[in-house]
Amino acid sequence: MNLTLRVWRQSGPSDDGRMVTYKVEDVSPDMSFLEMLDVLNERLILEGDDPIAFDHDCREGICGMCGMVINGVAHGEQRATTTCQLHMRHFEDGATITIEPWRAAPFPVVKDLVVDRSAFDRIIQAGGFVSVPAGSAPDAHSVPVRKEDADAAFDAATCIGCGACVAACPNGSASLFTAAKITHLSLLPQGQPERLSRAKAMVDQMDVEGFGGCTNTGECTAVCPKGIPLETIARMNSDYLKANAK
Amino acid sequence: MSRYTEGPEIRDAKAPAGPIEERWEKRKFSAKLVNPANKRKLTVIVVGTGLAGGSAAATLGELGYNVKSFCYQDTPRRAHSIAAQGGINAAKNYRGDGDSIYRLFYDTVKGGDFRARESNVYRLAQVSVNIIDQAVAQGVPFAREYGGLLDTRSFGGAQVSRTFYARGQTGQQLLLGAYQALERQIAAGTVTMHTRHEMLDVIVADGRARGIIVRDMVTGEIERHLADAVVLATGGYGNVFFLSTNAKGCNTTAIWRAHERGAYFANPCYTQIHPTCIPVSGEYQSKLTLMSESLRNDGRVWVPLRKNDTRAPGDIPDDERDYYLERIYPAFGNLVPRDIASRAAKNVCDEGRGVGPGGLGVYLDFRDAINRLGRDAVEKKYGNLFEMYERITGENPYDVPMRIYPAVHYTMGGLWVDYDLQSTIPGLFVIGEANFSDHGANRLGASALMQGLADGYFVLPTTIGDYLAAGPFGDVDDEAIAEAEIKVRNKIDRLLSVNGTRTPDSFHRELGKLMWDYCGMERTEESLRKALERIPELREEFWQNVKVTGTSEELNQVLERAGRVADFFDLAELMCLDALVRTESCGGHFRAESQDADGEALRDDENFAHVSAWEFSPSGEPVLHKETLEYEYVKMTQRSYK
Repeated sequence: MNLTLRVWRQSGPSDDGRMVTYKVEDVSPDMSFLEMLDVLNERLILEGDDPIAFDHDCREGICGMCGMVINGVAHGEQRATTTCQLHMRHFEDGATITIEPWRAAPFPVVKDLVVDRSAFDRIIQAGGFVSVPAGSAPDAHSVPVRKEDADAAFDAATCIGCGACVAACPNGSASLFTAAKITHLSLLPQGQPERLSRAKAMVDQMDVEGFGGCTNTGECTAVCPKGIPLETIARMNSDYLKANAK
Repeated sequence: MSRYTEGPEIRDAKAPAGPIEERWEKRKFSAKLVNPANKRKLTVIVVGTGLAGGSAAATLGELGYNVKSFCYQDTPRRAHSIAAQGGINAAKNYRGDGDSIYRLFYDTVKGGDFRARESNVYRLAQVSVNIIDQAVAQGVPFAREYGGLLDTRSFGGAQVSRTFYARGQTGQQLLLGAYQALERQIAAGTVTMHTRHEMLDVIVADGRARGIIVRDMVTGEIERHLADAVVLATGGYGNVFFLSTNAKGCNTTAIWRAHERGAYFANPCYTQIHPTCIPVSGEYQSKLTLMSESLRNDGRVWVPLRKNDTRAPGDIPDDERDYYLERIYPAFGNLVPRDIASRAAKNVCDEGRGVGPGGLGVYLDFRDAINRLGRDAVEKKYGNLFEMYERITGENPYDVPMRIYPAVHYTMGGLWVDYDLQSTIPGLFVIGEANFSDHGANRLGASALMQGLADGYFVLPTTIGDYLAAGPFGDVDDEAIAEAEIKVRNKIDRLLSVNGTRTPDSFHRELGKLMWDYCGMERTEESLRKALERIPELREEFWQNVKVTGTSEELNQVLERAGRVADFFDLAELMCLDALVRTESCGGHFRAESQDADGEALRDDENFAHVSAWEFSPSGEPVLHKETLEYEYVKMTQRSYK
């Protein structure tokens, strides 16, 4: 396959940035999207150019480090797929592909396609945990958990923290990310004691970081590589309201 | 580097004496305690935020130490522990199927092919039960039964059902548990987090590890961080092979540079080749993806009976298929341990019966499982793995058997540590995959998560106290810091100044191919000597001809890679030397010269029942120190899974 890439290049936070066009040839349909960029980068290095910086690590769709807006869609058009798991067989020969970083004020660009997502860590710091120091836990079977609850908690817990939800949201909201963690912990008996304080602290932190509010457009869940359901946001709002009513 | 010298044996790994079940209890009691008020005056650096590092940093923070945590990723939650699929072993015996701490200990010592320390492994089995309790209390959503209790499964060659799991994402869920505990401590102010920082050297002053030199990967600034003790939890070195199931960023730099500072490197040749990975599809391949070996519980492994059989798998009738694992190992069948399954796959491919491009693959077939259990049941168990396979290969495993091939997955070798997890540099502790201690020559499935969390939550936080009780250790000698910093800067400047014609990745790929061919699944004296000849030549070319673009004062991913590749060259050489010296076969180390009449690995207990701990020497001639392994409880036998 031969492709034309339009890639966002920005040398650092103070650079304005611009789209730059590259031609790539002999792309194999079995390549992953990132492998296609690897090949381009190898060429750029040999030509003495600065290769395109992008975040990636596991390349198995689980670490959440990669993420690009591809043809206007976070992680590309294939549903429930991270950028690293997107393969070139889903593109047409001769196509032009536009590649941009996540764009949201709380995710400032570091370089090219690399953004700073540390705001997510601070949301977790606000309350995304169960306070249980090592060594203090009772026997694992002392508290049975209904299978349905455990399964639903698991579904929410699969969030990989990639930030695609924020990139896709017209409001730049981090609601899906925050709600996934709140839902995961609030469905389990272990998460009950801190349930309301957790919801309040995490939502408040989301606001402090400058993420927008949720207006139920559902773009987030559409691009989420793990298919975190929109209902998690309803649960978050419910817990948040209860916490504020107290 | 086929020359080395032999130094004095390591006589004491500091495990307490007495009955094995009392040793850890004894050590916990004999370890000095640090007064709670003094803990915050003691600083501990933890490098790496996977299961071992994340849990250690969180726990040390909970205990009240002043902790500094470092990772190269943008957040601690990305560490590669997250990719572990299958599960975590624990001797809970919730099934009443005859499991016990002793049995887990026994299985692990035997599975490690009698090259692990009994005392360490027993402690691991003891602590395993606490890990599950801790994880459940944190809200880790393990799979459960309808009665609300935890589900378990049998995994990777175990005959009891002791593996706890969270669908195919056990590593992710356990890591998020540790990550959340870590973030809680960051919020509490006990842990200071440094993301996008890469450790480039250890500061050793007055014979103690007192800090690290790191590079801020965003600004390029070289920083010094000082402490009373340093913990390395930086994972394994499987990426020396370029293609592996490790994350792209996994590297050996932290442990290698600690090795150069005096930490012994133990059993570097012990590498685990995982039998069920998606085969290589082309030259551009950047990494290999593992398919959880839980798939072997229901999938059947086969190749065509005939050589060069190009028929579609569905067109090959049963009597023309060779279910070779079931044939050769009737007792364990498709569930034989990883090293055995991998070598069997290599053997049938070497015979010309492999499938897929290049004949480097075998089938993992779910046809019978789907017929027996129904498609829905198979989907419930393995749905996400099947999806993952289809996404990568474009083939649907419900209709066509998966193609799998072994790939480098885990490294049992690592920095040598004593029973307290302390390296040969006082104050430098090493935990998780980065150390060598618990898996011997072969790690059993679902034991990596167990070891990482055992080290981080339970073992290190106790043993490091004994060391820190003598602290704080006062000011750090300025010269030692300056020397380490200059060494780091010089290496970076040197990489940037070559300006040659080959990229770091092209060297890395070539080195990896060489290691796979000569120091991979099967090793011979000839292949290893060839590698030892070729590696220095390639390294020389690297330093003459590598091209690193950009500068050191910016985010520069080419520079990052070049630095790691440089260290992989040195490590590769030591791996080959270690493999050459160990003329026996054991676990993941198969020397073709040492096999029995059936082609199975043949240990040489008389000459090799020891740990090979290598001391770095600037002269290029490393010094070998042996630590004799004694088996008081599990009698050494030839492993048999037939």
